[in-house]
Amino acid sequence: MSNPTKTMRTPLKKVRGLGAAKDGVQHWWIQRVTALALIPLALIMLVALLKLATGDHAAVAAAFRHPVFAIVALLAVLAVFWHFKLGAQVVIEDYVHSEGLKMASLLGVTFAVFVVGGIAALSVLKLFLGV
Amino acid sequence: MAEFALPKNSKITEGKTWSLPPAKPGEERKVRKFRVYRWNQDDGKTPQVDTYEVDMNDCGPMVLDALIKIKNEIDPSLTFRRSCREGVCGSCAMNIDGGNTLACTKACEDIDGDVKIYPLPHMPVIKDLVPDLTNFYAQYASIKPWMQTQSPAPARERLQSAEERKKLDGLYECILCACCSTSCPSYWWNSDRYLGPAILLQAYRWIADSRDEMTGERLDNLEDPFRLYRCHTIMNCAQTCPKGLNPAQAIGEIKKLMVERRG
Repeated sequence: MSNPTKTMRTPLKKVRGLGAAKDGVQHWWIQRVTALALIPLALIMLVALLKLATGDHAAVAAAFRHPVFAIVALLAVLAVFWHFKLGAQVVIEDYVHSEGLKMASLLGVTFAVFVVGGIAALSVLKLFLGV
Repeated sequence: MAEFALPKNSKITEGKTWSLPPAKPGEERKVRKFRVYRWNQDDGKTPQVDTYEVDMNDCGPMVLDALIKIKNEIDPSLTFRRSCREGVCGSCAMNIDGGNTLACTKACEDIDGDVKIYPLPHMPVIKDLVPDLTNFYAQYASIKPWMQTQSPAPARERLQSAEERKKLDGLYECILCACCSTSCPSYWWNSDRYLGPAILLQAYRWIADSRDEMTGERLDNLEDPFRLYRCHTIMNCAQTCPKGLNPAQAIGEIKKLMVERRG
């Protein structure tokens, strides 16, 4: 940080860096919105899935064919994966300092969220449509 | 990656013990041990913890009193910053008994067992208890901590109602001792880009000032995933502030304004 042999830039030059990104509000806000949405969504899904876990396949399929339940399930999938993506991004930015590894991890998380979230959403749709 | 272990040249070993000479007949002593971090760049050694015995019957009540007594009477090579000795200048900020605080306002009595004294955490050390705060001060300069206006200067002072002045309470008292910033894990990992609690509280002090006209520009300068949003409300800052301030709350107010100006 203060090794004079490494760089001759002034401390202020280092601190001002590339300037403010004018970004981050949206990320912060959506993380809170999804958290808020997940309070009812997660509760409903938890109760419903615990109930369904004791029934047979037909009962599960019947529940997901109900449009209200299917929408709640779909919203829960959306909120969970969106919230997870934002949270994981913050953790990576906090702890991974090598630019290459950071970019790779961020890309990895984004792709994984789309793939796993996509599969989850498709599963709900499949059950809803009964195909 | 973030550093979770000390680098090799920072591993701490046991140092010297400075025992008191035997007590004179009839002398009543209350001996306390002070375990103090020692390091200098000249002797080529890794940091050590020296143990000093101090007779508390012959010493002021605060940790700073003991440090000054050690420097005056036992070991003049012990190095630390101090000035006002009454919690106003912020020079003697250090890690005492596991928490960041001011040596001059921390009473030895309030500490159980040996008094352990280290420099502020995760800062480069210049010598012993003196950390290098260059980056911290540069960050302070970067938020332009002075009143900025567009309207021409009035003939007399800029007016502020008592109510508006009240908004600065809990902010103006900050003495920039760096206890909060150096207690913040987010600042430990990302102090190159995250401004940290002290500087953000100071930034909010000018945002909250009714006389300052550059609020928008100040927010612009903070709107950044690292400068502001590395705060994860860990709250170490509020816990450790020797002046009893709440930097986390000031940061929360900035975040609220960021949302407010969007819609």
